Amino acid sequence: MPEFVLSGDEAIARGAIDAGISGAFAYPGTPSTEIMEFVQDNLEHYKARLPGREGDMVVAQWCSNEKTAYESALGASFAGKRAMVSMKHVGLNVAADPFINSALVRINGGLVVVVADDPGMHSSQDEQDSRILADFARIPCFEPSDQQEAYDMVRSAFDYSEANEVPVLLRITTRLAHARALVRTQEPRLPNKIAKSDDPKSWILMPAMARGRWKVLLEKNVRFRKDAEEAATLALRDKGLGVITCGLGLRYYLENEDDWAGLNGGERPSHLHIGRYPIGQDKIRTLAVHVEKLLVVEEGYPYIEREIRGVFSAPVPVMGKMSGEIPLDGELSADSVRAALGLPKRDALPAPQIRIPTRPPQFCQGCPHADSVAALKEALKDEADFFTASDIGCYTLSALPPYSAAESCVDMGASIGMARGASCVGQKNAVAMIGDSTFYHSGMTNLLDAVSHKTPLTVLILDNGTTGMTGAQPTISPTSRLAGLVEGLGVEKGHIRELEAHRKNHETNVKIIREELAYEGVSVLIMRRECLEYLKKARRA
Amino acid sequence: MNYNIILAGVGGQGSLSVSVVIARAAMAAGYEVKQSEVHGMSQRGGEVLAHLRISDREIQSPTVPMGLADLILAFEPLEALRYLPWLSKEKGVVVSASAPIKNIPDYPEPEAVLAEIRKLPNHRIVDADGIAKAAGSARSANIVLVGAASDLLPVPPEAVEKEIASLFARKGEAVVQANMRAFRDGRTQFKE
Repeated sequence: MPEFVLSGDEAIARGAIDAGISGAFAYPGTPSTEIMEFVQDNLEHYKARLPGREGDMVVAQWCSNEKTAYESALGASFAGKRAMVSMKHVGLNVAADPFINSALVRINGGLVVVVADDPGMHSSQDEQDSRILADFARIPCFEPSDQQEAYDMVRSAFDYSEANEVPVLLRITTRLAHARALVRTQEPRLPNKIAKSDDPKSWILMPAMARGRWKVLLEKNVRFRKDAEEAATLALRDKGLGVITCGLGLRYYLENEDDWAGLNGGERPSHLHIGRYPIGQDKIRTLAVHVEKLLVVEEGYPYIEREIRGVFSAPVPVMGKMSGEIPLDGELSADSVRAALGLPKRDALPAPQIRIPTRPPQFCQGCPHADSVAALKEALKDEADFFTASDIGCYTLSALPPYSAAESCVDMGASIGMARGASCVGQKNAVAMIGDSTFYHSGMTNLLDAVSHKTPLTVLILDNGTTGMTGAQPTISPTSRLAGLVEGLGVEKGHIRELEAHRKNHETNVKIIREELAYEGVSVLIMRRECLEYLKKARRA
Repeated sequence: MNYNIILAGVGGQGSLSVSVVIARAAMAAGYEVKQSEVHGMSQRGGEVLAHLRISDREIQSPTVPMGLADLILAFEPLEALRYLPWLSKEKGVVVSASAPIKNIPDYPEPEAVLAEIRKLPNHRIVDADGIAKAAGSARSANIVLVGAASDLLPVPPEAVEKEIASLFARKGEAVVQANMRAFRDGRTQFKE
C-alpha cells in the first residue's frame, strides 16, 4: 500500500479520489479549504489513470457558495455519480436547505458531505457542532479520529451512502483537518457509470410524496442507529471508570491512558469509542452496568453526553462538558482530557515575569483593504451618525485598532442586509463593506432588496479579485464583470463608482465616498486592487 | 524515543517550512511523525504555532501536551515565552532567534524578553538574522535556527540537509547553497 504524509483535509480529498468520485464541489472556508485544493491539484493525475470511458467526466469546482455547491453534488448523485461537497461548519448553515431536504430523496450515486468544524474559533465566528445538524436532518454522520481513519472513512461513507440511498456527513475538526500524519492508501476504484435515477418520483418532494419519503427516512434511521452500534468498539476493563470517546477525543484519551494505568495498578479504564451517529445505545448501557462512573470525551457540543443523560438520572454519574470536568467551550486537548481523567498536571517552569501580549492577525503590508478602510474612515470622520456594517473576510480586521472601522461581522453577506435594515428604519449613513467573493456568495440578493425598496445605502465592494483570507482561491466571477453585475441588479449606473484602492488616490477616494454617502439611494463603490497574497501565490506558481 | 517540538513565530517567518523539513528528515530516519499547523486568518502577521511530534511508536495527540516539549524553536523571542507552559521542566530547551518583531503596540522591552529566556535552565539565543545575512541569504534566518538546534534533534544533520536541499531545489542551486551555509553556520554556533 502506498504511503503519503497527508493532512486530514488532504487525506479526505485523496480518499474521495480513490473512492471514485466524479464531482467535488466547495466554497473555501477554514479549516476545509485544502480538501478542494488537493482534489484540484491531483485531478489531472487522477483522470490520466482512468480508462477512457464515455461519460467519465471528473470535475472539481469552486462554487458561488455552499448551497450551490451542495446542489451541484446532489445533481451529480441523481445522475448516478459519486459526489463530494466540502465546507466549513458555518457553510452548512448556508447549505442547510438542500442538506436537510436531500435526506428525503433516494440518493443514487454516493453523496458525501464533508464538514470541518472549528472549535476554538481559530478562523470562525462560532463553534457550532455539525453532528447536531446531521441529527436534525436524520442523516448519518461519520467521525474519524485521525488522518488514516479520515482516508478510510471517506470510502466507507460513499459505500454507506449508496447502500442506504442517503447522504452521509463526514465531520472533522480543525486539528484533524490541519495536522499531518502518514496515510496508507487503498486501491483506487473507477467512478460510477452515468445512470440517472430510475426513481425520479423519490426526488420530487411535493407534500404527498415527501410524506412517504419522510417515513422511509425515519425507518432507515432505525438501521443507521443499529449500524452505528455495530461500528462502535467497546472494551470492558476497569470497573471504576468508563470512558466514551469520539473523533479526536480518542487520541487525547489514548495520550493519557498509560499514565492513568500507572496510577491505577496497571488497569486501564473501560472504553467505548463511537465513530458513527446516530449513536447506538446498547453498548453504552453495557458499559454503564460495568463501571461506577462515565467520562464522555467529545470535541464540540456535549452531544453524546446530553443523549446519555436524558431527562431522568443516568444509573451512574456522567462526567463531561455539562458537569464541568471538560470545558464547554474551545478545543479539546490532551491536557483538558488529562485533567478530566483526574491525572496531575505535569511540572512546569515558573511563568515569565513579564506580561505576554497577544499578537492578533493584521493586514498584510500594502493591503488594498487597508487603503479602502482608511478612505472610508476619513469620509465618515465628520459624520455624527453612521453605521459601518462589515462582512466575513480579511477586511474584518479593520474592526481592530488602529482602524476600528468595522462595526459588525455576523455571517456571509450580512453587511448589505444589515446596513439596509438599519437604513430603512432611519439609520443615517448606512455603509456596507464586503469583499468581492463574499458579495458573490451571499451579498447580491441583499443588494437586490435594497434596489427594490430604494433604501439609502452605500456599499463598498472591496474587489481584490480573489478569496483572500482562505489563501487566494479564484472567485466565481471575474472582476471585469462586477460593475455589469451590479448594474444588472438595478443599481443606477451613475452611482456605480469604480475606484482604485490605493493610498495615492486617498483624497479622490474620500471625496467620492462622501458624494455617495450624500446620495439618498443605493450606491455601490467598487474599491479595486489585487490581493497581495494572490500576487505572491501567482508568482510562486 | 519521543521528541516533541513547538515551533513558534510570527506569520511570514517560515516556521511551517521548518516544521516540514524536520518532519521529513525524521520520517526518512524511520520515525513516526505528527505535525499540527495553523492556517487561515491567524497567518496574517499574527502568532504562528506548529507542533511536531517524533516517535518510534504510534503518536496519539496531534498536539504536544503541556510540559512535554523537548524543544521550543522560536523564530522570535516573545513567541518563545508564550509557549513556556509546554516546555518540559526537566529537559526542555528553548532555541530562540534574538531579534524581536514588534508589530504590536504593547511589545515589552526587548531586553526584558531576552532576560526571561536567559533565566531558563536550557536556552540558546541565536542572532539568526545576522548569521543568515553573513551566509548570503537574509531570508534564511529560519534555517539558521534549525542549524542552531540541530544537535538536539533525534535525526542526523545530513538528513536535515537533504530535506533543506529538496525544499529549495526549485529556486536554484544558489539558493540551496545559501541555505546550506545558513544551516551549517547555525550549527557551528552550538555543536557540542
